[in-house]
Amino acid sequence: MKVSEIVKILDGEVICGEEFLDREVLKACGSDMMSDVLAFVKEQAVLLTGLVNPQVVRTAEMMDMQCIVFVRGKMPDKEMIELAEDRDIVLIATKLEMFASCGRLYMNGLRGGSEN
Amino acid sequence: METLSLHYDVSGDDFTNAGEASGKIKRTLKGLGYNVTAVRRLAIAVYEAEINMVIHADGGVIDALVTPESVTVTLADKGPGIPDVELAMTEGYSTAPDDVRMLGFGAGMGLPNIKKYADEMNLETEVGVGTTITIKVYNK
Repeated sequence: MKVSEIVKILDGEVICGEEFLDREVLKACGSDMMSDVLAFVKEQAVLLTGLVNPQVVRTAEMMDMQCIVFVRGKMPDKEMIELAEDRDIVLIATKLEMFASCGRLYMNGLRGGSEN
Repeated sequence: METLSLHYDVSGDDFTNAGEASGKIKRTLKGLGYNVTAVRRLAIAVYEAEINMVIHADGGVIDALVTPESVTVTLADKGPGIPDVELAMTEGYSTAPDDVRMLGFGAGMGLPNIKKYADEMNLETEVGVGTTITIKVYNK
């Protein structure tokens, strides 16, 4: 799935990284606990979260994730956007809740880190 | 590739910047053409340790020694030390305050994660003196 499709499926808004919307992503994880995200390193390329602080971007950076989706209408602040821009990470915001966001993406073929 | 030494001071009063040193080490290794998986394992382990340093020990110093074969990162703090290392290594055990949990950390996975992702890990700690963690990852 392309990052641009994620934006469409989630009725999302691209906050930064428009030049990377053609990136191909296969796996995702959804969590508000960065500790748990870091505990299960697979080839996830997308992080869905309702947490808003710079450590979300840093967690994605350490794990080589391509894209962060902020759910429940959460918006990253200027500092986070600058950090993401510097690290070439796409930021997307959606008004959908976590469950609905994950559900829609799963239905469209995105999978969890431990699945084939 | 020559041997490379890196040094970073980590401030303890700014959670926002926690992870800055880990990110720099990661980008340096990437730039050197280090194995992608090794870089990721190292970055996650060092990031967890750097977060711990900020949460529990009011910051500290990070030193990295990079050779073509491996990278060794030492994180030293003058924090409270860990009274019961075995307990601290247990998944799910955490002494992080609530405000840290609100930021997405403190699930009690930090030290177990470091052990999981490092090829070699050494932990020296003394209550009231500080903690030094050494993380080694091979370039493969």
